[in-house]
Amino acid sequence: MGRYVVRRLLQAIPVLLGTTFLIFAIVYALPGDPLQALAGDRRVDPVFAATMREMFHLNDPLIVRYGYYIRDIFTGDFGMTFRGLPVSTIFEGKFQVTLNLALMALIIEAVVGIGLGLIAALRRGRWSDTGILAITLILVSIPTLVSGFVLQLVLGVQLKTSTGIDFFPVAGIAEGWRSYLIPGAVLAGTSIAYLTRLTRTSLMETLRADYVRTAIAKGMPRRRVLGRHALRNSLIPLVTYLGADLGTLMGGAVITETIFNLPGIGQQLFQSVYLRENSVVVGIVTVLVLIYVLANLIVDLLYAVLDPRIRYE
Amino acid sequence: MSNSTITASPPKHAKSGKGKKPASLWSDAWYDLRHSKVFLFGAALALLLVIVAAFPSLFSPLDAFDKSTCDLARARDGLDATHWFGSDNLGCDTYSRVIYGARVSIIVGIVATLVTSLVGGFLGLLAGFYGRWTDVLLSRVAEIFFAIPSILGALLILAVVGRDNAGIGSVVLALSVLAWPLVLRIMRAAVITTKSQDFVLAARALGAGPIRIMIRHILPNALAPVIVVTTMNLGVFIAAEAGLSFLGVGIQSPDISWGLMIADARNRFLEAPAPLLFPALFLSITVLAFVMLGDAVRDALDPKLR
Repeated sequence: MGRYVVRRLLQAIPVLLGTTFLIFAIVYALPGDPLQALAGDRRVDPVFAATMREMFHLNDPLIVRYGYYIRDIFTGDFGMTFRGLPVSTIFEGKFQVTLNLALMALIIEAVVGIGLGLIAALRRGRWSDTGILAITLILVSIPTLVSGFVLQLVLGVQLKTSTGIDFFPVAGIAEGWRSYLIPGAVLAGTSIAYLTRLTRTSLMETLRADYVRTAIAKGMPRRRVLGRHALRNSLIPLVTYLGADLGTLMGGAVITETIFNLPGIGQQLFQSVYLRENSVVVGIVTVLVLIYVLANLIVDLLYAVLDPRIRYE
Repeated sequence: MSNSTITASPPKHAKSGKGKKPASLWSDAWYDLRHSKVFLFGAALALLLVIVAAFPSLFSPLDAFDKSTCDLARARDGLDATHWFGSDNLGCDTYSRVIYGARVSIIVGIVATLVTSLVGGFLGLLAGFYGRWTDVLLSRVAEIFFAIPSILGALLILAVVGRDNAGIGSVVLALSVLAWPLVLRIMRAAVITTKSQDFVLAARALGAGPIRIMIRHILPNALAPVIVVTTMNLGVFIAAEAGLSFLGVGIQSPDISWGLMIADARNRFLEAPAPLLFPALFLSITVLAFVMLGDAVRDALDPKLR
């Protein structure tokens, strides 16, 4: 176990370095002078240009600049924008919004997905099972782009005008946790479908296992068989799926944040891409990739803890 | 996970071989597919959409690219007999734009799927077959690309590379660059399990060279999981294209894309929902068609789920 943890940690390092370098290279390896681009058509003052080049290491080859960048990240310094603002101040508060959104999505996903999956598995072959499978098919097919706008229209506007219920805010984050309800549900949409199917398959597999049959044969009440034997074992793949999904949800929040006007990291990224603030763009994507890789790493380790049958040698 | 798992009747295709030759995985799968309602419905829908994409003028009397058909006085008007889906912010007919918008979605979906399965499949075959350092190298490179969340990565690539040459090509490139590692992984795993089977050893003992073994013996037996993922990816790519175009980094304005239409209609969405809802509806239907295809293909090709 200990050796597995160490090996898995060591394996993550080249992936992290490779991925961050890839992002760095995509953004910075372009031909053209960034200072000239900043100045537009005007002539760049040579003294100013020299200072800036020195400051941003623009004279060094790409790999050296990447080295500087990684060194600075370790001290929490994500560099400066060309306008002189530290990138980390732009991050402030934004990651919290995206994390809140992703966590809300994760909660909705877990409750709805596992719930529907349980019903489907326990009523295998009956109409409720068929119905739930049909629902997952439709959930997978509706992109966030569509579900976002439709829910905004139905719950935010029509529900309010027709019944006066104003429980679901559909823009901004002024209403605390309630602001994240609808965006969270939208972001969770596709994942709910996958989790439902995973729960269904996983539980159906466990219900067929010998130890479940033994428990039933020795006269254990059905509810207890389900709770103590079947559920606990079929939860393992679900927990790991949910863990890995947190990174995916955070990375996929751009469209949801744009629709619901949430001032999160996705929306910041979108703006920075437009304003060509490359240092912000690289910073955001780097952090999200870090979260994604680390979430997967933790899940892998968690799996080893949760399921002692698996040997990693 | 649709029909075949719901109906509890396992021996449905066992006698499909007609006595002559034992049924192969492919003829079994084809038998399953022909009898799957999900597949037939999905295939019919997908076929219709491909026809719409290829010949939009058959379905729409107006040419959506002809701006003279737009009438600003009609901007955001509701639905009527000549403008079935109403008009958008510029007074252009939403129905004809929705019909003409199918082409981009279908092309992006199919081309990106082809590129990723060819590149990922080929590299996966090499990695799985040769193993050792080829495998280590290819798998590590794939892992690096795999770690970038796809919408973010595509946004990044399009923002930087595609800014001056935005269009279908850039979108396909951005989506493919991030999606091939998944195909590589699956192909590699399938090749590794196939490689150690007796018939491969027999072929090798008979003196077959590596190329022949790869193409004649391993590839046909390792192809099924790749086809499953490939079909499923089609819908994912189509949704991703719409998302990127919505964000403004995908397809650009004289071209028509559902994502772009949604972005255009967004500001006036609450007072005039039609120009947004109809492209959204068609987008969902298109994704649904390919998701259903993928589901049915998976059920047919993955015997473990039976």
